[in-house]
Amino acid sequence: MLAYTIRRILVAIPVLLVASMIVFTLTLFTGDPVEEKYAGRNPPVPQQTINLERERLGLDKPVVVQYVTWLKNLVTKGDFGPSIESTRDIGGELGKRIFVTLRLIFFAIVLALVLAIISGVLSATRQYSKLDYTFTFLGFIFLAMPAFWVAVLLKQGALQYNEATGTRTFFTIGERSVETEPGLFNAFADIFGHMILPTISLALITYAAWSRFQRSSMLEVLNSDYVRLARAKGLSPRKVLVRHALRTALIPMTTVSALGIAQLIGGAVITETVFQWNGMGSYLITSIATRDRYAVMGWLLVAGIFIVVGNLVADLLYGILDPRIRYE
Amino acid sequence: MSDIQSPPVPKAPVPAGSTEREFTVKERTQWQIVVRRFLRHRLAVVSLIVLILLILLAYIGPLVWIHKLEDLDSPTDIMISASNPMGTDSLGHDMFARVLRGMQQSIKVAVIVAVLSTGIGAPYGAIAGYFGGRVDTILMRICDVLLTLPLLLVAGALVTGRGGSVLTVALVLGLLGWVVNARVVRGVVLSLREQEFIEAAKALGAGTFRIVFNHLLPNATGAIIVQATLDIAAAILAESALSFVGLGVQPPDTSLGVLVNDARSAVETRPWLFYWPGIMIILIALTISFIGDGLRDAFDPRQMRQRR
Amino acid sequence: MTAPTSLGKPEPEATKAEPVLSVRNLVKHFPVRSRGLVRRKIGDVHAVCDVSFDLNERETLGLVGESGCGKTTTGRVLLNLVKATSGQVMYQGKDLTKMSASDMRPLRRDLQIVFQDPFASLDPRMTINEIVAEPLRIHGQYGSSEKGRGQVRELLRTVGLNPEHGNRYAHEFSGGQRQRIGIARALALRPKVLVLDEPVSALDVSIQAGVINLLEDLQAELGLSYLFISHDLSVIRHIADRVAVMYLGRIVETAPVEQLFRTAAHPYTQALISAIPLPDPQKERTRKRILLTGDVPSPVNPPSGCRFRSRCPKFANELSEGERQKCVNEVPALVDRGEGHRSACHYAEAMKLI
Repeated sequence: MLAYTIRRILVAIPVLLVASMIVFTLTLFTGDPVEEKYAGRNPPVPQQTINLERERLGLDKPVVVQYVTWLKNLVTKGDFGPSIESTRDIGGELGKRIFVTLRLIFFAIVLALVLAIISGVLSATRQYSKLDYTFTFLGFIFLAMPAFWVAVLLKQGALQYNEATGTRTFFTIGERSVETEPGLFNAFADIFGHMILPTISLALITYAAWSRFQRSSMLEVLNSDYVRLARAKGLSPRKVLVRHALRTALIPMTTVSALGIAQLIGGAVITETVFQWNGMGSYLITSIATRDRYAVMGWLLVAGIFIVVGNLVADLLYGILDPRIRYE
Repeated sequence: MSDIQSPPVPKAPVPAGSTEREFTVKERTQWQIVVRRFLRHRLAVVSLIVLILLILLAYIGPLVWIHKLEDLDSPTDIMISASNPMGTDSLGHDMFARVLRGMQQSIKVAVIVAVLSTGIGAPYGAIAGYFGGRVDTILMRICDVLLTLPLLLVAGALVTGRGGSVLTVALVLGLLGWVVNARVVRGVVLSLREQEFIEAAKALGAGTFRIVFNHLLPNATGAIIVQATLDIAAAILAESALSFVGLGVQPPDTSLGVLVNDARSAVETRPWLFYWPGIMIILIALTISFIGDGLRDAFDPRQMRQRR
Repeated sequence: MTAPTSLGKPEPEATKAEPVLSVRNLVKHFPVRSRGLVRRKIGDVHAVCDVSFDLNERETLGLVGESGCGKTTTGRVLLNLVKATSGQVMYQGKDLTKMSASDMRPLRRDLQIVFQDPFASLDPRMTINEIVAEPLRIHGQYGSSEKGRGQVRELLRTVGLNPEHGNRYAHEFSGGQRQRIGIARALALRPKVLVLDEPVSALDVSIQAGVINLLEDLQAELGLSYLFISHDLSVIRHIADRVAVMYLGRIVETAPVEQLFRTAAHPYTQALISAIPLPDPQKERTRKRILLTGDVPSPVNPPSGCRFRSRCPKFANELSEGERQKCVNEVPALVDRGEGHRSACHYAEAMKLI
């Protein structure tokens, strides 16, 4: 298993390298960052400033040199490169934001898992019942809803609720308030209040796909011979479910949720935009809009690492939990 | 040991008590079986009907509707009226006409994406799965590279470079989306490849091309079709997400996602601008998902009659 | 076609003609790789070790052995479906093991195989017309659709199926019928040699008879040579002309079929034969049973010298210390030791068991 992990990590390095090269090339197509930055200013910016700016960003050098320099600085000094906003430190920024996004994703995954398992298991054990159809229908509806739709609806609903009750139970903007009352409890309550809506919003979209998966996996296990044997032995349906069926049926869920980390990093963009969180997603959008090349590269690297780790964890979990799978 | 006489050919031998009887059963092709099973899913069938109606609406509607896309002759900011069933915006556009147009474009994008994804992904996955070993590893690593590319960035690059036409958006989504199809098909092929009928084909002298296209891919049809329908649904949603951040279809053309994005700030004041396009997105994605689910059940080989 | 003859075919005369297929010193090893970062080869599964035999025209050579003895692998290597590690398979003066896929292709018309599993060996998405037509299409013999369809109908009729059912799918047929379809497919190109890999093992006993009889009829009519791989001695006794017994990758005895059953010389063969159930209860009760001890050794690490010595009752009970040394050190050659057929045991002694 260890050997497998190391091998996967080793393979991931060239993958990330190639990805970074492709992304670098793509950023070339998005246009000139300096122009973008200084466009439409009145009075127009002097050429001198523009040239200085270009030099600072290394835009005057050939493309290959730019890339190599970036790579070299990154590997040797941990320097992510200069940002368009000259005061911004890309590395530090990413560090803060990845934490924000991960927080959101983590709880969303947990919530989605719980919802998916409950609805999937219930759907499977009471197949073709009203409950099954309800869950299935709900699941499909959420599956068909665009991410921003759910987010905006929740936001609206929350605002209505706030108005109706005259409180500020739900926060809809940002991940924390600017000023909070002192105290650890208040800090947590504040963070929590801000996190509810986006988490629910992300979780609702994600759980739908997973619950279908869980349902079919559960169905397969319930129809298998060894479960039939357990029933024939005379075990109560509950015992059969919990002791025998669930463990096997849950295996695919672990991989799915580990893969979800990777998916959601990209998918959280919408949610972050609607709720105005300062996470990875909004960072990417602004970086693309301002043509901040090194910021985008930094983003790719961090996100890429998490994707690779997420995939690896998913595969490892699968190998650990399912004794039929053995990696060499 | 006793002898058993074999009866004269061509009649097949019928030992007493066996179930091999000659009776005329109307032969059914594989497709007929699938269609029959699909029709048993009421939800899927209803969805199919609704979807067809929506498509007809989107493509024939604009030809017969009183307002055209760019007409500004309606009163502004109405929620609903006889001639503006979906209301109007602040400039006097009839929203119904705009939504119809949006549906057209969104559907177009989605279908092109599905065709691209399947066309590239299915053979790719089949080849990776069939050859295994080094070839598989390399091909899958290429997929990994594509997976790490952020959709937004690719969209940003291509849309800025080429403008946001339906084709460009479809290209963006298709070029990144085929990886899923490849994975799915590869999985199916990995299990198929160990089956004896593949070895039998090799023993007959079949070349790689024949094995991949005549044996592997046809046996993966179920998975391929199901995935293609899922692709369409996902593409509708992805296109609207892209438009939401401004990297989808660009003005003056519109799509459902663009309409929703434009109305984002007006959710409270003029909700109809936001809800109608959104509901259409949901309806299309929903019906396609149900159809996909119905197809998946219809193709399930476990339910193909296999008496052992 | 006439009904087939009973057991005990007339002893085939010593064939003066060239054998159709000649296998010499065939070896197939599967590498075992270590679990680690760098996967080095740490051993081999000795699936087939120095196997040699001839297959003559119009004859059925039975290849018998327990599961894992290498008989299936031998069949696959014979047809170059699996690359041999070393050795020769001579067909029409050419060595099949040295051939590339494209060189093999024309020869595939002459050398065909029927598989064990009637359910998995037919493509579930093809009609049986398409399945049987495929070899014709691959080798460009389908011709116009009239000609091709006619050929397919003829083939289906030959194996005892109704050509009217040609548009049906494989899963609509029973096991025995599916096996017949597999046979029809194998016959499409008029092969000379047919490798039959346990063709009836997956079928009900009552159906087995029908398929076996079909195979015999086809052999008589079309002049085929069969390599019949099986673990079922009763079936082998019925259909084979000569038999080769395999154990752990080596052939331990070959003989014309009745000679093998009446006067087996190798202890392994004797153990196998002594285990065949006899219909006569009195004979069954009074017969001599030879029981083997222990488990089959791992093919990765086979015993030195004679591979059978770890389970051999002779080794365990009858041989002296000095004699045992010979078994440990010397690989017994497959030669005639005075019994009229070849066996690979230093102390071969024919025994009448049934």
